[in-house]
Amino acid sequence: MQLEYVGAFQIVLGVLFRFWPVWLALGIVLALSITYKKRLGLYGQLFDTNVGIAGVVICLFWLFTAIFSGTIAPFDPLAQNVVMKDALPGAMTPDGGVYLFGGDKLARDIFSRMVFGSRIVLIIAPAATAFALMVGITLGLPAGYFGGRIDSVLSFLANLVLAFPVILLFYLLVTPGIMDTPIPYAMAGVFFLFPIVFFCVLFYTRFKNRTDRLYPQLAVTLVLGLWIYFGLVFDADPLGIISIRPNELNIFVAVVFASSPGVFRIVRGLVMDIKTRDYVAAAQTRGETPWYIMLWEILPNARGPLIVDACLRIGYTTILLGTLGYFGLGLAPESPDWGTAIKDSSRLLRAFIHPALPPVIALMSFVLGLNLLADALREQSLKD
Amino acid sequence: MLAFIVRRLGTMALTMLCLTLVVFFMVNLEPNLRKLSISQLDMRSSDEHIESWLQRNGYRDNFFVRYGRWLGVVEKQPNMNAEGQPVPRFSYCNEPAEPHYGGILQGDFGCSTKFKTTVSAKLFPALGATGILMFWVMVVMVPISLLIGILAGMREGSRTDRTLSVASITTTATPEYVSGVIFTVVFASWLGWLNGSAASATGQGITFYNFTLPVMTMAIYGIGYIARMTRASMVEVMTQQYIRTARLKGLSFGAVVVKHALRNALIAPFTVIMLQFPWLLTGVVIVEVMFRYQGFGYTLVEAAGNNDIDLLLGCSLVSVAVVLSTQLISDVGYAYLNPRIRVQ
Repeated sequence: MQLEYVGAFQIVLGVLFRFWPVWLALGIVLALSITYKKRLGLYGQLFDTNVGIAGVVICLFWLFTAIFSGTIAPFDPLAQNVVMKDALPGAMTPDGGVYLFGGDKLARDIFSRMVFGSRIVLIIAPAATAFALMVGITLGLPAGYFGGRIDSVLSFLANLVLAFPVILLFYLLVTPGIMDTPIPYAMAGVFFLFPIVFFCVLFYTRFKNRTDRLYPQLAVTLVLGLWIYFGLVFDADPLGIISIRPNELNIFVAVVFASSPGVFRIVRGLVMDIKTRDYVAAAQTRGETPWYIMLWEILPNARGPLIVDACLRIGYTTILLGTLGYFGLGLAPESPDWGTAIKDSSRLLRAFIHPALPPVIALMSFVLGLNLLADALREQSLKD
Repeated sequence: MLAFIVRRLGTMALTMLCLTLVVFFMVNLEPNLRKLSISQLDMRSSDEHIESWLQRNGYRDNFFVRYGRWLGVVEKQPNMNAEGQPVPRFSYCNEPAEPHYGGILQGDFGCSTKFKTTVSAKLFPALGATGILMFWVMVVMVPISLLIGILAGMREGSRTDRTLSVASITTTATPEYVSGVIFTVVFASWLGWLNGSAASATGQGITFYNFTLPVMTMAIYGIGYIARMTRASMVEVMTQQYIRTARLKGLSFGAVVVKHALRNALIAPFTVIMLQFPWLLTGVVIVEVMFRYQGFGYTLVEAAGNNDIDLLLGCSLVSVAVVLSTQLISDVGYAYLNPRIRVQ
C-alpha cells in the first residue's frame, strides 16, 4: 500500500501545533517571571543574561512536555500500526493521523515516543539526583566537619566507588538476574533512609527546646517519609498509591549509587572551607551542637555551589540514564525513553536515519539547557 | 615525596583488593552463575545438571577460598574425573595437572569462557587496540581543547569568549552515543566521506576512512570540559599582578600570553586531563560498541553480557588500575609543575 505524505512545511506546523499546551504554559510562566523579576531573587537574576534565559526556556520546555505529554502526543507510544513500519516523516495513517517524525522499525510513532520519553527521563533524573544530594550531604557534612577517622573511612569508600568505571558498575548492578537477589532492595533500603534521617536531624537540632514546633514536624516527616519508604522499598504501601517497578527501582538505586560519591566530595570540600569562618566559631562558642552548626550554619552557606552542582548533576544523570538505555540495561525493551530509542535506531542508521534524530536532539537539548542554567547560576552567584 | 608516593601506592593496592572482592561477589551471585552454566551447557539443561556442573568446576567451594585462588594465595586443585585422572576445567586453557598457585599474583588471569581462550590472550591485544584509539583521541582532544580554552580565557567577556564558551558547553552536553549518531548521519549517511563502522580497523589496519568517526566522537565530549577548565585557569592568570607588570613594561599582548600566562595557566588543565581517563573509559565502551571496534570496551561488554567471570575480573582490574594510576600521576605531576606546592 502506498503511504501518503504531508509536506515539510506542514510537518513543522504540525509539530508546533501539537506542543500548544507547552507554549501556553511557557508563555504564562515567562511573563510572570519577567514581571516579578525583582522579587524572585536568584531565579529572577537568571533573566539578566541570554545564557540564563536560554537555559530556563529549554528546561521549562521539557518540564511542560513531560507534564502534558498525554495531550501533546497524538498516538500511544507503544501502539504499533503495521503499515507505518519505517515510514518517513510526515506519513499519514490510513485513518487520517500523521506520523510527524515517521515510524520506527516496530511501526510506532516516533514523535509520540519522544514526547513520552521525556516523562521517564524527567521523573527519574531529578529524583535520583535529589536522593544522591541527600546521601552526599548527610555523609559529606560530618566528614568535612569532624575530619579524622570518619573522614578517612568515608573518603576511602567514596573513592572506591569513583574508581569504578560507571559502565562496569551498571553492568554489575543493573542486570535482570540481580532483581532475584536482595541486593537492590537492601541498597534502596539504605539510600532511602537518608532523607528521613536528614530531615529528622534537621528539625530536631533547630527546635529541640521548642517541643510545640518539634513534635508536629517530626511526626509529619516520619509519617510521610516512612509511607514513601515502605511504598518504594518493600512495595508495601498500605494505600496503594506509591509503587515502583522492580527494574525502575534497580536503575534508580544504581544511578544514586554512582552519583552520590561526587556530591559527597563537593560537600566535604565546601564544609572544610566554610568551617574556618567566624560565624562557625561564634556558634561553637555559643555551645551549639555540631549537627546544628553543620545543618543550620554551614549548609545554608554552601547552597550556591550545591545548586549549580545539582543542575549539572541532573544533566549528568540524564546522560547516565541514556547510557543505561543505550546498553539495554534495566529499562524495558519497549520503553520510550531516549536512550533506548537511540540504541534501537543507531543499529539501523545505514537504512534509515529519521528514527535516530528526534531522541538524540531531545536528549542533547535537555542536557544543554541544564548546563546553560548551571552556567548562568554560577555567574550570578559569583557576582554577589 | 617518596613517602607520599609509597603511601598512595599502598592505598591503591587496598582499593584494588576491595574492588575486586566486590566484583568477585557480584559475578558469583546465584543468577549470574546460572547464566554462566547455561551458556556453557545448553538451554535445556535440568537443574541437577547445572548444579553438578557448578559443583564439578568448583563454583560451589567456599567464596573466600575461590577468591584466594583467583588472587593466587590459595592452591588451585585440578579437577578429577571418575577414574581419578586430572582433567582441565576448560579444554581451551592449559591447566596444570597438579595442585599449583595460579592467580593474579602469579600473572595468570584465568580462562575466558566466552572467547574460549585464556584471558591474557584476549585482554592484552584488546588493550593494545584501545591504546591506539586513546592515543589518537588524546592527539585530537588535548591541543584543540587547550587552544579553545586559551583563546576564550585570554580576553574574558569578549565575543570570542562568549561564543567559545557556549560551544564548549554544547559539547559537554553531547554524550558519545549522541555525537556518534549525529556524526554518522552527517559524515557517513549524507556525505559518505567516512565509514560508519570501525570493524575493518582490527583486521585491515587503521585508515583515515574507518577511524576518524570513533576518534571524533570520543574527543568531542572531553573537549568542552577541558576547554572550560583551561579557560577558568587562564582567566585567573590574566588577572595576576605579573601580567599587568608585563603589559606595563611594554610587551605586546601576544608576547604576554605566550611567554607569561600560558605556562601558569596550563597547570590546572594537566590535572583535569589526567582525571579525564575514568570518563574516557566509559566513552571507550560506548564508542567501541557503536562502531564495532574490537578493543577493551567491546571485550568488557561481551564479558559482562555473558558473565565471563575471569575476563570480567581482568577487565575491572585493568580499568581500576588505569583510574588509580592516572590519579596518582595527576597528583605527583601537579606537585611537580606547581613550585608553590613543590617547596612545601
